[in-house]
Amino acid sequence: MQIAGRVWIFGDDINTDLIFPNTAFRLPVEEQVKLVFSSNRPGWVNQVQRSDIIVAGRNFGTGSSRPGAALLKRLGLGGLMADSINGLFYRNCISYGLPALQCEGVSEIFNEGDEAEIDLGKGTVKNRRTGETLKGSQLTSEVIDILATGGIEELLRKKGFIE
Amino acid sequence: MGMTMTEKILAEHSGKAVVKAGDIVTCRVDWAVLHDMFFSIGGQSELYKIKKIFDPNRCVIIIDHAVPAPTVNDAKGAVKAREFVQQHGIKYFFDVGNHGVVHQALAEKGFALPGKLIACGDSHTIAAGAMNCAARGMGPADMVYVFCLGETWYQVGPTVLCELEGKLPDLVCGKDVFLYFAGKYGDATGKNIEFSGTGIAGLTIAARQSITTMCAEINAEFALFPCDGILLEYLEGRALEDFNPVESDPDAEYEAVYKVNLNEIVPYVALPHFIPNNCKPVTEVEGLKIDQALIGSCSNGRVEDLAVAARILKGKKVNPGVRLIVTPASPAIYLEALRAGYLETLAEAGAVITNPTCGACYGGHMGLIAAGERCLSTTTRNFKGRMGSPESEILLSAPATAAASAIMGKITDPRQIEH
Repeated sequence: MQIAGRVWIFGDDINTDLIFPNTAFRLPVEEQVKLVFSSNRPGWVNQVQRSDIIVAGRNFGTGSSRPGAALLKRLGLGGLMADSINGLFYRNCISYGLPALQCEGVSEIFNEGDEAEIDLGKGTVKNRRTGETLKGSQLTSEVIDILATGGIEELLRKKGFIE
Repeated sequence: MGMTMTEKILAEHSGKAVVKAGDIVTCRVDWAVLHDMFFSIGGQSELYKIKKIFDPNRCVIIIDHAVPAPTVNDAKGAVKAREFVQQHGIKYFFDVGNHGVVHQALAEKGFALPGKLIACGDSHTIAAGAMNCAARGMGPADMVYVFCLGETWYQVGPTVLCELEGKLPDLVCGKDVFLYFAGKYGDATGKNIEFSGTGIAGLTIAARQSITTMCAEINAEFALFPCDGILLEYLEGRALEDFNPVESDPDAEYEAVYKVNLNEIVPYVALPHFIPNNCKPVTEVEGLKIDQALIGSCSNGRVEDLAVAARILKGKKVNPGVRLIVTPASPAIYLEALRAGYLETLAEAGAVITNPTCGACYGGHMGLIAAGERCLSTTTRNFKGRMGSPESEILLSAPATAAASAIMGKITDPRQIEH
């Protein structure tokens, strides 16, 4: 499974409350997405384009179980890479069909606007501008299967567990 | 090669003889747990249209976050939760009045037991590790999967061993141990944390719960204490079923071993807006003015937390420039603190005592803060804007520090307050 896209740079400790603020809880999903990163990067939701990729530092997605990954996916984000990703957030990425790769040092080799190329099965990433490559954690076949199906909801619907 | 406590529980629940760091295993869970936010957060409408759950006797639903409902939307969420319980015949449902912050409820109602595996739709589920129980938070989609199939996948992380020795000085709490640890060692992303050592014998169950709860904030996967006499005594008459405690093997493999001398721990404070490598001894932060202090949450809303606050505030008044909010973690705790006189002491000092709920910890209700305000809170997170305005600040501490600071109107070392 391979993806490519334009890079947005984020820092360390980007938490779930920045991605999905609690002020969005009571809104319909079309309104929720407008509040993504509204505290730390207002206006980003209007700039991000389909298949763009976030590159971040340590502890991306630290915090709550709220499905911030679902909002990022809905905004058209193609994938996410970070030096480290909170385990619960990583699960949410997979379960909502958003490809995510943990790759120590990835925040060092990209500038905003660079084009990234990711091979999820091999766990490799390449900066198309500089040619630099890195190897992160490979995604297992089980995880890639969930992603390829489009996430848990699709998987359960196909298996007949949910309406 | 031997196994850690976490590895043993994952091995037992995946039907494998051995599980080691790096493995991915599919485990059956003992308990699948959801709270009201699952039913009230917008955009999740399709996810709870589950045709059939794996076992109505192994599922738990609890209303804890928005209690009592602060908005019509939250009230609607609770209605959906009750319908879900009815539709699937779920045996364990804890509605308003019989609730408690889910992690406290799972402990005091005897679900969180040694050797068990719990999946719950809340990030602080790791708290149950104080009961020698492997428990982790999951998002709504993962929880739907667990409710349908009774199992899910786990990536087994490396384990860090934290050896505790000595005894905490007076007015230093379990929360301070965590803040010290997180300040010194930073995050443990993707790792399990296990505690050992002679110092455990001096830690109450509440102190252990405070520590394991907070391990979510350094991104740990699991955080486990061993089972000892203090835990067995706590579980006496409480455990819902039989259980088998797990012990780590002498040759279990650890990525790192940290030694912590509890005698040397002092009150700590986490600075805004994150925790790993961002905590300082209170003596280095003293004097910073606060507008609100909050004592409560799954981290510090237990009887001993209210007791230490009452001890410090007895005969004193909350500073006129400060609101002190006290939110017990469960109705059982509320009642016990009421009978012991702690709530009376706190109310006399000028605290506002709320009903048990997650409340202001997640910025839901009962104690939000405005732009330019600063809150010293015993809750779990100091994220920007978490308790209200993005232009506010949250610092985290143990209840003793929060109580002392509420009196002085500024961040204060509790050891400096006469009591």
